Amino acid sequence: MCVHSIGMIKYYNILRDKVQKDRGTTLVVLGISILLLDLVFQVIIGKTESQIVATYLWDGLVIGLAIGLAGVGLSLTYSILKFANFAHGDMITAGGFSGWVAVFAVMGVGRFDMKNLLLVGAGKPINVTELGISVSTTPVAVLFGLIVAIIGTVLLTLAIDRFVFRPMRHHNDGIALLIARIGVSLALRYGLAFVFKTQNRGLTAASLTASYSVPVGTGSVQIDLGEITLVLVAIALMVGVHVFLQYSTLGKAMRAMADNRDLALITGIPTEKVVRATWIIGGALTGAAGFLITLERGTISFQFGWILLLLIFAAVIIGGIGSVYGAIAGGVVIGFTSTISLIWIPADLANVAVFSVMVLVLLYKPEGLFKGVTTA
Amino acid sequence: MKFNREMFLKNDFRIVVSTFVGISFLFIIVAMILGLDFNGTVNTIQRIMFLSAVYAMVVLALNLQWGYAGIFNIGVAGFMLSGVYTMAIITGDPNGLIPGLGLPLPIGIIGGVLMASLLGLLISIPTLKLKADYLAIVTIGFAEIIRYTANALTFKTFSIAGVEMGTGAGRGIHLPMNPIRGLYYTDPSNLGLGKTVFGEYVFGFFEIVQVQSSVVVSWTYAIVLIFVVGLFYLVIYRIGNSPFGRVLKAIREDEVVANALGKNTDIYKMKVFAIGCGLMGLAGILWQGSYGYTNPTTFQPILTFYIFIALIIGGSGSNTGSIMGGVVFASLLFEGPNFVRRVIMHVFKFDKAPNSIIEAVIPISSLDLGPFVAYSLANISSLRVVFLGLVLIYIIQNRPEGLLGDRKELAASIDISRRPVIETKERKDA
Repeated sequence: MCVHSIGMIKYYNILRDKVQKDRGTTLVVLGISILLLDLVFQVIIGKTESQIVATYLWDGLVIGLAIGLAGVGLSLTYSILKFANFAHGDMITAGGFSGWVAVFAVMGVGRFDMKNLLLVGAGKPINVTELGISVSTTPVAVLFGLIVAIIGTVLLTLAIDRFVFRPMRHHNDGIALLIARIGVSLALRYGLAFVFKTQNRGLTAASLTASYSVPVGTGSVQIDLGEITLVLVAIALMVGVHVFLQYSTLGKAMRAMADNRDLALITGIPTEKVVRATWIIGGALTGAAGFLITLERGTISFQFGWILLLLIFAAVIIGGIGSVYGAIAGGVVIGFTSTISLIWIPADLANVAVFSVMVLVLLYKPEGLFKGVTTA
Repeated sequence: MKFNREMFLKNDFRIVVSTFVGISFLFIIVAMILGLDFNGTVNTIQRIMFLSAVYAMVVLALNLQWGYAGIFNIGVAGFMLSGVYTMAIITGDPNGLIPGLGLPLPIGIIGGVLMASLLGLLISIPTLKLKADYLAIVTIGFAEIIRYTANALTFKTFSIAGVEMGTGAGRGIHLPMNPIRGLYYTDPSNLGLGKTVFGEYVFGFFEIVQVQSSVVVSWTYAIVLIFVVGLFYLVIYRIGNSPFGRVLKAIREDEVVANALGKNTDIYKMKVFAIGCGLMGLAGILWQGSYGYTNPTTFQPILTFYIFIALIIGGSGSNTGSIMGGVVFASLLFEGPNFVRRVIMHVFKFDKAPNSIIEAVIPISSLDLGPFVAYSLANISSLRVVFLGLVLIYIIQNRPEGLLGDRKELAASIDISRRPVIETKERKDA
């Protein structure tokens, strides 16, 4: 009895120390717990139907993995090159467009005007139902588009690094690099607008995409194959990045450089080569993200990556900037926040909630939620 | 030393005035090529002057934050929005479609500036310890929170303590009548009711040279704004040369040292956030106030980047450079391309522009540049931003100090590095 109570006091003391040392985290955990309890309560009394919660969870996961996948590329380049890449959003857009140029050209050859296909319908709108692209019916064309998107974005990334950032490599002034990236972002985004015009356009034939309904509670959740593709490919790429960083020589060199650039240099790691490799891998992930996100949405516009960029930054900051796993986790947090928050607030304030979460994390835990597990 | 400073000021004044004159001259030539009449020419120059003054104001405010204290705030658009919207809500008609508080305009302007200032203070507190890139992301995120809130249907109309008010959501909000009109018309909201004595006299004079009354009114407003730019300059110059300003420059150079010397740098940064954002709010009010209407789309993040480009062109750290950057950006980079398009369209009569870039590029192989030029001109609004991005990259790679950046405000009260040169000069003069 006596021993037992001493043990209790000991636990209590440990807990108290932890709470005092990390008050910010405790507050955040407390806030989330209250919201979760309220959510469970709402479902039990029937104010919110369980199928709605399930739909929000699935949508949140899809959005979150899309943002996370886009964030991995950003986080990777951040950890090696040490500055936030403001052109990342427009790289995503460029990746999306390059992939869809290929898919449109392959699918529409002979049936539509080739010049217009190569511009994804910039000249005059293309009837996408007639074109008939979908993951279910034309998986090979979609896979081809994914590969082209990856290659296109890698080439673009290397070109930008060669002409914009390499001349500035000796600059230690981070702000100068940040401004150069804003310049790249503006030029790239409006360059895409110049070529592909500014209108939003459809890409896939929604009626052809297979859709499954999963029964939940009294209703059901709609899951389509585009979403499943995005989730599966995102998870596969993330596992791939993990394995690459943990076990390959290049991955180890990248982690070494992220950790301490000077030390990596004197250890004999060819830093310029590693920088290039980082851009290639980051570019590939970015291109894949751009293509998969547009595939899932079924539409594309010249601004979509830029609009996503702040959400991606939010994800990367929440997860701990520079950490690959943090980016994924942060993305999922953002995804869930943007959908589950709809239970309490109107839809047009979802983004306000997401950015508020980002500011809160910076306020209480500026190193991010997953600082302890950084490997890249 | 005093003598030198006066020379310095005089010289700067001359640079700014000659830039203004030079750019006006350029646009007079453009107007002549376009075949505009005198009224049209005067109106064109008014537009350029107005926009230049607006940019000069915001750039000066940003210079206080970035140029003096090294705070990388890229939420400028959000602070401008909050100033304009607060002013609109305070002065709005209580019985209007989007109800306001119905208070007089001066209270609205003061309220708008205070709100922008308060929001600046609010965001400065959690960001004090952040690195520059984090600060950049948080400030732009905060500006987007403000914009999404103004755009949200939820706040189209709302009530605080039983008083109805609203933002008008995506459709925007009405702004009060420009008080300049009151100078010329007896009833500013109904121009048909007649003019004041002053109005009769001035309009009568300008009628002789065939300048329309509406152009006279906008010119008056542009002149008022140019005076306000002078005030902004004076305020920021005084702040910069006060002991307070010296601490700011010390923070910019090395915050740790400033801290070690016993200055509470956090308090200084919070103050700079509050003052700078307040001035941004005021600039926003003076800018949008002339249009009588505003909406959230006006305040997208790209507006902030425009202001940054203007500051970087002028040279961050220099107040005169800030004004120059604002003028050069607004007239040549922002409005310039539109006039280039109009001039080329006017001089060379192009066929209809091709529908897509491929149709525009193919004729180049047969050395026919016409379709490509026509396509470029038709899409000049996109091409302009591409050009801006390239200018930004070029400047940051080759001349990061900007046009007048070599005259960056010194951190010390005496220029230690140049002192020997000055002394020999003075000896010669004596």
